[in-house]
Amino acid sequence: MKVDAPAAGRRVDVAGAVKDAAIAAAIGFGLFLPLIGFRTVQNMRNELVLETRWPLLLAFVAIIAAARLFGSLVIAPWRERRRDRPAPPAAASAIRTALARLLPPFGLGFVVVYPLLVLWITGFGGAVKWIDNFGIQILIYVMLGWGLNIVVGLAGLLDLGYVAFYAVGAYAYALLAKTFGLSFWILLPLAGCLSAFWGILLGFPVLRLRGDYLAIVTLAFGEIIRLILINWVAFSNGYAGISGIPRPTFFGIPFNASDDGFAAVFGLEFSPLYRTIFLYYVILALSLVTAGVTVRLRRLPVGRAWEALREDETACRSLGINTTNTKLTAFAMGAMFAGFAGSFFAARQGFISPESFTFLESATILSIVVLGGMGSQVGVAIAAIAMIGGTEILRQLDFLKEIFGGNFDPAQYRMLLFGLAMVLIMIWRPRGLISTRRPSTFLKERKLRARSQVSAALVEEGHR
Amino acid sequence: MTGGDAALLVEHLTMRFGGLVAVSDLSFAARRGDITALIGPNGAGKTTVFNCITGFYKPTEGRIALRHGDVAAWGALEALTDRGSRSARTRDGVLFLLERTPDYLVAQQARVARTFQNIRLFPGMTALENLLVAQHNRLMVASGFTLLGILGFPSYGRAERVAIDQARYWLERTGLIDRADDPAGDLPYGDQRRLEIARAMCTGPVLLCLDEPAAGLNPRESADLNELLLAIRADHDTSILLIEHDMSVVMSISDHVVVLDYGVKIADGTPDQVRNDAKVIAAYLGVEDAEVEEVEAEVGL
Repeated sequence: MKVDAPAAGRRVDVAGAVKDAAIAAAIGFGLFLPLIGFRTVQNMRNELVLETRWPLLLAFVAIIAAARLFGSLVIAPWRERRRDRPAPPAAASAIRTALARLLPPFGLGFVVVYPLLVLWITGFGGAVKWIDNFGIQILIYVMLGWGLNIVVGLAGLLDLGYVAFYAVGAYAYALLAKTFGLSFWILLPLAGCLSAFWGILLGFPVLRLRGDYLAIVTLAFGEIIRLILINWVAFSNGYAGISGIPRPTFFGIPFNASDDGFAAVFGLEFSPLYRTIFLYYVILALSLVTAGVTVRLRRLPVGRAWEALREDETACRSLGINTTNTKLTAFAMGAMFAGFAGSFFAARQGFISPESFTFLESATILSIVVLGGMGSQVGVAIAAIAMIGGTEILRQLDFLKEIFGGNFDPAQYRMLLFGLAMVLIMIWRPRGLISTRRPSTFLKERKLRARSQVSAALVEEGHR
Repeated sequence: MTGGDAALLVEHLTMRFGGLVAVSDLSFAARRGDITALIGPNGAGKTTVFNCITGFYKPTEGRIALRHGDVAAWGALEALTDRGSRSARTRDGVLFLLERTPDYLVAQQARVARTFQNIRLFPGMTALENLLVAQHNRLMVASGFTLLGILGFPSYGRAERVAIDQARYWLERTGLIDRADDPAGDLPYGDQRRLEIARAMCTGPVLLCLDEPAAGLNPRESADLNELLLAIRADHDTSILLIEHDMSVVMSISDHVVVLDYGVKIADGTPDQVRNDAKVIAAYLGVEDAEVEEVEAEVGL
């Protein structure tokens, strides 16, 4: 970019921008020629014929050139100007810290009144969709994100097979409830314990591995659990899954239309909504327990040891910390919360199959943790709302069908959007939405809140 | 052989990495309450000796014994060696065989603390948190292995306050009290060195192993370090084992110096004895013994 007289500001180099756009277009052409330009189709005689799609290819190349041109003519000068401007006044950062302080209590208040709010706005008819698809679904992932946050964010152990423990919890509830007829409230802790047990079982052999190697082994473990569930038909009914799982009751009172059902006992008109609202508050309570326990653990020696482990394992051993046990507790604790979430999931769905526990689920949970900022509770919650809520909203965008035709399903594009979100986060906030670390204790009263955060640049991400 | 008034007894220590003999048949003793320096040219095997003592390496051969308690405790050494267990508790004290003890137990039970040549703090945690992590095992017990702590039993709160007081004490001793709530990674280099020593001391060690604590310090900082180490020796029941290249530190504070060259001990004695030892001078100048005087004349010593 040429710099003229400073008073006149910067002149935009149009020729250079056009040249740059042409180069980008040429690269795009080379890349998309085989991908989009050609297509093989079978004709009537079952022969493969090559079909060309020049207009589509041209459209792609044109989009690339236009985007590049826009970038260098509009965005780059804008960023330039922004950089020259003095730093934002203190008021802006004060607003930001105030926002950060107010967000958790307000968010908490909102989720507590959310079902009633929905009921008030949509009435009985539309409420189930909003409470179930949005509320419960998002809260399950918030809980899973918080659980995985212990393993990945605090202890720095990259776990790509987290969904395995979710599956263990779900199947534990489904099988034990169907076989022995035990109630949800007995099986919930039991499922958590079983998952934690599996976490320890997996942990013992693999926790001497570090970083990428640990990630690969946990990935494999996730697949092993899924394949066992598929192939051991006598145990888990394979692909067909388990249906007719007993639903949770309101402390013994079932949610049905019978005379001793919830609605009849409380003198209400029967509606499936009561169960949904009950489930919403159950998962809300479970999530809050997860968050509360994590916050507490961070202030306990074991939590500090997890973070120390993420920072430097050798130093931990030189201080007499049994790193194997410390890692195992992190693994078991994370697995336990996944087990709780899994048994809740099974109880809510009434039907589970191995399909629900694919690697994609692990990847979704992990990306929630990474997007949110490893170790940050609020960040993970925001990321879960954005990712899971975003998917649900895509499903709701029916009006797009009228624009793009009946075959258009916006939910199909969610991976594309996730990918885009990931790339943007990587560019703007490489350590996640909330990347600063809050110290677990202070020697003096924290006078300046802004200073009481540890900058992301100093905090290790573990899994080296 | 018994250890006499030694706190640490290293006998016939040999460490081989494949064909390379890093330490060969090294024997020395570090007396209780002394500052023992381990010196030698680069690559002499000093850090390897440290790693063997602190359990990070398992030595190929040799015995490393540590004594807690009275001198008479050494009496149990041979019986302990034959028995094949890690430690022996007698009426007089406890003996540990460090070559049999895994690294974290060396720190936890034998109470040997160490610092590292390239500083290994927890950079994202505050100075205070670093010192609390060092008191992990004590706090773990107080928190009922997390169970009581999570339920909010007051015993953990009390223990944590004691731990914070201990941390405060060491932050004051090392002059870091004003930076207690700053991330360790934000501290200047010299402060990080001192914080690492404070962290090691927070484990309540009987033996403190310092791997080049004065490396990268300016003369004033290393003078401060001398004072700190002397104060630790004077006020706490801690013996110090020190690797150091900075001779102003070694010669002014050590009670006893062991010199290594190519993994072999070439001298062992008081700073004065070592300073005048021909072999040591030869090793440091990198020449044969016979040529020492010639080279000394050349460099004007």
